Amino acid sequence: MLSRVAESVYWLSRYIERAENVARCIDVHLSLTLDLGQEWADQWAPLVYTTGGHELFEKLYGAPTRENVLKFLTFDIDNPNSIMSCVMKARQSARTVRESLSLAVWEELNRFYLQMRERKALGDPEQAVYNEVKRASQLLIGVGDTTQSHTEVWHFSRLGRLLERADQTSRILDVKYFLLLPTLTDVGTSLDITQWSALLRSASALGMYRQEHHRIVPVRVVEFLVLDRDFPRSMRFCVSRAENSLHRITGTAADVFSTRAEQELGRVRADLEFTSADEIIRDGMHEFIDDFQTRLNRVGAAISDSFFAAQDDLPAAQSQSQ
Amino acid sequence: MSDNHSQYLPAGSFDEMYCGDGLPRPGVDSVARRMHSMSGDDLARRQAAAEAMLRTLGITFAVYGHSDGHEKVWPFDIVPRIISAAEWYKIDLGLKQRITALNMFLSDVYNERRILADKVIPEDLLESAVTYRPMCRGQRPPQGIWCHVTGTDLVRDRDGTFYVLEDNLRCPSGVSYVLENREVMKRTLPQLFDGLQVVSVDDYPERLLDTLLSVAPPVPDPTVVVLTPGVFNSAYFEHSFLAQQMGVELVEGSDLVIRDGFVHMRTTRGLRRVDVIYRRIDDDFLDPRCFRADSMLGVPGLMEAYRAGRVTLANAPGNGIADDKAVYAYVPKFIKYYLNEDPILPNVPTYVCSEGDSLQYVLDHLDELVVKPVNESGGYGILMGPQSSKEERASFAARIRENPRNYIAQPMLNLSTSPTIIDGRLEPRHVDLRPFILSSSQGVFVLPGGLTRVALKSGSMIVNSSQGGGSKDTWVLADDRFSRRRSNGFSRTSLPVESVPC
Repeated sequence: MLSRVAESVYWLSRYIERAENVARCIDVHLSLTLDLGQEWADQWAPLVYTTGGHELFEKLYGAPTRENVLKFLTFDIDNPNSIMSCVMKARQSARTVRESLSLAVWEELNRFYLQMRERKALGDPEQAVYNEVKRASQLLIGVGDTTQSHTEVWHFSRLGRLLERADQTSRILDVKYFLLLPTLTDVGTSLDITQWSALLRSASALGMYRQEHHRIVPVRVVEFLVLDRDFPRSMRFCVSRAENSLHRITGTAADVFSTRAEQELGRVRADLEFTSADEIIRDGMHEFIDDFQTRLNRVGAAISDSFFAAQDDLPAAQSQSQ
Repeated sequence: MSDNHSQYLPAGSFDEMYCGDGLPRPGVDSVARRMHSMSGDDLARRQAAAEAMLRTLGITFAVYGHSDGHEKVWPFDIVPRIISAAEWYKIDLGLKQRITALNMFLSDVYNERRILADKVIPEDLLESAVTYRPMCRGQRPPQGIWCHVTGTDLVRDRDGTFYVLEDNLRCPSGVSYVLENREVMKRTLPQLFDGLQVVSVDDYPERLLDTLLSVAPPVPDPTVVVLTPGVFNSAYFEHSFLAQQMGVELVEGSDLVIRDGFVHMRTTRGLRRVDVIYRRIDDDFLDPRCFRADSMLGVPGLMEAYRAGRVTLANAPGNGIADDKAVYAYVPKFIKYYLNEDPILPNVPTYVCSEGDSLQYVLDHLDELVVKPVNESGGYGILMGPQSSKEERASFAARIRENPRNYIAQPMLNLSTSPTIIDGRLEPRHVDLRPFILSSSQGVFVLPGGLTRVALKSGSMIVNSSQGGGSKDTWVLADDRFSRRRSNGFSRTSLPVESVPC
């Protein structure tokens, strides 16, 4: 497939995944404010931190009030990571590669965009909007899986989505963990359980977590979101399935690598497979996540070099065989 | 239920659905009856449903300077424009004849130049055309095909005669709307098709691909691509649509590179050779080494690869010469000269201002004529004599005198009308027709129907999408000449079900 098309497809699914994760964080935070008292109801700054846009936010809005934060994260197109910006960029990418997508995928994505535009025109975001975003994103993934051939286009899309999801899960964990730390004295209280449950819910993980571990125990929650082998939003799951797509793209066997991207991603996956939640917490959760995000960025850069960059130095290939 | 029938009054023009006495034309009465039995609300509701569908499908065109992503849905009117089998038969023959002659003309004019030696067309008229490409001299495209894809504009005058208004032999657009309009009609007004045999249009992409493959260089399993200027081009939707329908890559100039004299595209697995380029970029922008040096859209070295026969370009560079509106005036002579036949579809009478007494005649009759620049499209730069002011005519007269070669003039035609939904009512609006023609080594194919463009403003004859025009689905009704496909052989195996314990 064309390098330009691969790049657009990769980014389009990253943006959709990003929009979904922003919606998840907001949605959970909104319901958390109903469960908790006034002290918590004013905690809107961490939401901005999760998306990494706090400097821009301070410049544009100043005080992290509920209204400001929701506006900034939902419809503000000056924020490159707002839901609206992500959906617009995804659709713009889709328009440039429309011929490579199934009609159903294009239609759902276009519908998603039009729906967001209508929502935006209505003014301040209502909570229902976040559910719509989650549903639209999930629908898009399902429609892609069932209408798009699982060839290179699909694998680039899956690769982008899973790397984004791994990164987003780590962000949710980082911010919530930081927030929950001062409350370690509350261990075992109902407040504590509410907060850790909220963390799981923002990754749609509460039900699956309970099936696996039954009771809410902080170290098990960390384990579930970082290291679980089977939960589709855990960092390890995302990285390992992303690696699978990468190998399907290159055609290289799973235990060797032909590109730097495969090498970097393989290392990240191996480290996740051979660590434990206790170790992560002992050595510092925040440091662990910081390092993880840096390494994911390196993987992203390597993917770009291997597949998207202009390859003027390449020789003319064996033309007919491909 | 109100009856819209009596309210619809075709005004002074040939109407596509009604005779002068107000009765539906033969063959269309069932459609006319159904349209007119719908209430205003119902019409408006279905019209809105069709528009919503176009928006969801993202069937848009770019509007320069328009906010919000520069996209607009092209207005679509749900009342179909209907052409009888007999009418279509004649159009089909006439277009095949015309394209065959134009193709012979292009081959001749860039090679033997017999037509110039025989003085059928003056040499200086050709040499002075801005679209004449000296670098195409001696070029012999594969299979001798120059006009792979043509979109010829036809109009109907008062008496119902079809005239050729212009030949678009470079990058004609609109065929994607023909296919999508039909799709929208089938989904929003299926009952309108009842009892009629509307000839299908959905094999166009397949035929286009066959056409492109038929002119490929002699390699096994050639690779075809569509070349677009990019997402900001007004016809981008169509480029993407055609690539998707043919299952080929849509490339931009920057995706292509010349290596060892051959054209390649940059893929995730390195460079891959390209054999046929259906290019939707004008000649001027194809190759900065050959045409405009400032073009960022093209591929440096492309023309050299083309001339060496290492890649096929469709349509062939150089076709613009046959699009020139002064050359257009000679097409009936080309038909006679190359085929020894009389033209089946007439030209609109045309005064070429650079010729003989025409200049004086045009200047004396500016208030009756339509004056057009020879190399513009999109309806720009035109003087509509009968609707112009004295000042406009004076300034146009000066321009014509200064450069007569740049202008032609034609009598004002009164385009035919078709019932169109305006504010929930059917009103007559002027239409034209752009059929699409494919030429391959296997012969010439005319897609039944074509794009009907409609001027939505009352009385207006300007149908261009950039100037307030819309479009309609175009139905060619089948008779025995078109056979109907049937499917048979249903599955006899019953579906498995869950077994219920007794």
